[in-house]
Amino acid sequence: MEWWLPVISAGVIGAAVAMYVILDGFDLGIGILFPFARNEMQRDQMMRSIAPFWDGNETWLVLGGAGLLAVFPAAYAVIMPALYLPVIVMLLALVFRGVAFEFRIVSYSKVGWNTAFTVGSTIATFSQGVILGGLIQGITVENGEFAGGHFDWATPFALMCGLALVAGYALLGATWLIMKTEGEVAERARDQARILLFIVLGFMALVSLYTPYAFQRIADRWFSLPNFYYLWPVPLVTALVSFLLWRWLESHRDSLPFIATIVLFLLGYLGLVISSYPYLVPPTLTVWDTAAAPSSQLFMLIGTICLLPIILGYIVFIYWLFRGKVREGETYH
Amino acid sequence: MDLDPVLLARIQFAFTIAFHIIFPSFTIGLSAYITTLGVMWLRTDDERYHRLMRFWTKIFAVSFAMGVVSGIVLSYQLGTNWSRFSVVAGNIVGPLIGYEVLTAFFLEATFLGVLLFGFNRVPPWLYVLSAAIVALGTAISAFWILAANSWMQTPTGHEMRDGIAHPVDWLAIIFNPSFPYRFAHMLNAAYLTTGFVVLAVGARYLLAGKHVEDGRIMLRMSIGLMAILAPLQLLIGDLHGLNTLEHQPIKIAAMEGHWDGSKPGDFTIFGWPDEENERNRFEIAIPNAASLVLTHSWNGLFPGLTSVPPDQRPPVLNVFFSFRIMLAVGFYMIAAALFGAFLWWRGQLFETRWYLRVVASTWWTGFVAVIAGWVVTESGRQPWLVQDILRTADGISPVPAASLLGTITLFVICYGIVFWMGIYYINRLINRGPEGRALEEPEGLPSRPLTAAEEAAREAIGSGR
Repeated sequence: MEWWLPVISAGVIGAAVAMYVILDGFDLGIGILFPFARNEMQRDQMMRSIAPFWDGNETWLVLGGAGLLAVFPAAYAVIMPALYLPVIVMLLALVFRGVAFEFRIVSYSKVGWNTAFTVGSTIATFSQGVILGGLIQGITVENGEFAGGHFDWATPFALMCGLALVAGYALLGATWLIMKTEGEVAERARDQARILLFIVLGFMALVSLYTPYAFQRIADRWFSLPNFYYLWPVPLVTALVSFLLWRWLESHRDSLPFIATIVLFLLGYLGLVISSYPYLVPPTLTVWDTAAAPSSQLFMLIGTICLLPIILGYIVFIYWLFRGKVREGETYH
Repeated sequence: MDLDPVLLARIQFAFTIAFHIIFPSFTIGLSAYITTLGVMWLRTDDERYHRLMRFWTKIFAVSFAMGVVSGIVLSYQLGTNWSRFSVVAGNIVGPLIGYEVLTAFFLEATFLGVLLFGFNRVPPWLYVLSAAIVALGTAISAFWILAANSWMQTPTGHEMRDGIAHPVDWLAIIFNPSFPYRFAHMLNAAYLTTGFVVLAVGARYLLAGKHVEDGRIMLRMSIGLMAILAPLQLLIGDLHGLNTLEHQPIKIAAMEGHWDGSKPGDFTIFGWPDEENERNRFEIAIPNAASLVLTHSWNGLFPGLTSVPPDQRPPVLNVFFSFRIMLAVGFYMIAAALFGAFLWWRGQLFETRWYLRVVASTWWTGFVAVIAGWVVTESGRQPWLVQDILRTADGISPVPAASLLGTITLFVICYGIVFWMGIYYINRLINRGPEGRALEEPEGLPSRPLTAAEEAAREAIGSGR
């Protein structure tokens, strides 16, 4: 119990973060691709394709934050001060991204909130990438408290992770548009997805090569025996999925590129989990070091087991309700 | 730079949380009002209710978005500003907020999608049900956040191990001694806040002579409800006060400006609490009135501020004046609601222009009372972050003052822009009025072929909305 409970809790938090990355990832990606639309009709169409969902998608971020506080308070208390500036900047960027949905509709001139939507989405994504990079490269901890410098996170590696995530979310957004829109928007998204796929694969390769080179613990994890025997399929499957994604971008089965991109994201995420496990705050604090009281974990776990199926049920319902493609010029209120 | 990081962390958090509470105070009540309109529309089949429902839903969408984005900030600020608090109280407060996400946030966010975009895709009953679910979600959200805050005021159901709170009895944690009073007080405050906004909008339409029929419905519905809820709030507030006296007597002493516990308390209508000399200056007071309210006896005694050393007293000025602001608004609300009910009974409600002018210009009163009330209770708990467990100064994060100052500036600028634009847009939606909503172009279902006329209308309207 003492051993298992934090592992299960980490699984739940990890799943919430993965849900967030995929679901808000395509919302934010559409924000990143927003300036490439040719006119307001197309921007309406792009926004319409995510308008009923974005709020629910963003809620996974709250679950990630509140969940981390609930089941790993000591990790939460280290990560937030350590990554203070990127976290605050991300939150403020999300403020502008979020209100842009509603403000843009009621505003006569769209220019201001179009800009807020794009800039907010891009900065929020970039900050999330920096936060991820900051975690992977490790946080200085003494006596269970953050003890590093205030700009420790600002390394070339973390900034590269920021750029990588911008490309990644843009790819999610582009494949979402292929699936959920028609006409010029969908066609342009198809072209964008081809370019973005290469950029994303480039970043994935860079991270995969750089992290074992720079961090001994990550090299040991992947290249020591017998780990290597179990882990070599991960890059192989990634290559296969990328190839399929490329092929599906050519075909006219419009949902497949989006699904392949999700799988690609999950594989990348799996790779990061393999690199870092069992550390929640690499390289010092494990899931067991930072876990909440067993009673708190159990209370959260019971709630999650009972409520998550219901939540997933009505989320499926709303995606089903707003199924089908959004046409050009379709406004969203 | 020689700035106090504790003070800066507090200023920043006070700013972001005060900004945030404005929107839930409005959307908790407004979603319930929208649901009421929807139910009346279904029952009477009267198109006017439907039109009003769509109108207020538009305003709801703008306010709710501001509430959501400013709320997400808070769920991370507990860590960025109060990391030691997160360690000490995380076992307790974390799961309560976690349950808020699981039981309320997903529910609200998802069914808001149906409410805003689903009108042509779901049957009317499901459309109204979605509004009801959103309203329920906002109330559940208030339940959990009030449980978490009340535990910080009157902690029970836990035990301390190595300076960290460990849960022992979850029911005792959630239903801690002050929780029922605070939950009822806040929920009712939210309904009152919304009621006075609806009242003001209705009065504004009647004064301007436009949307008169809609204005009358708003006036009747809001006055009918406020005439009950405003006096009820006084009763709940009184009970809450008695509960606070039992568990946090020093907070009450600060609210009353009561220094010397060996004498009965007067009710100070106006005064300037002088913390240096431990007395009130320029005092105008009703003798023994505080004793009468708090102990229900003329010469009843209750603890004064001097019963604890100065470093265990809250900042008296904040608490004292915020309490009076809240009370003043509360009594104004009771007077305005009861007088409105009287005019209605006399059949003069829609013609008494001075009354309409007054209520049309006091739409903001509820928001002021809510923020003042929270200042009373949060400042009144000082110097504790969790009463008798963790001092505020010991709860902060290891973040340098310069960063805090920088982000405070960012928050003020960004929230300032969003707030004033939001107010501006809401005001414009109100000016445009409910009629705009009835001319809504039909939303195309992909499964339903559009008529040529609709296609043409869509092209003509285009994105020019």
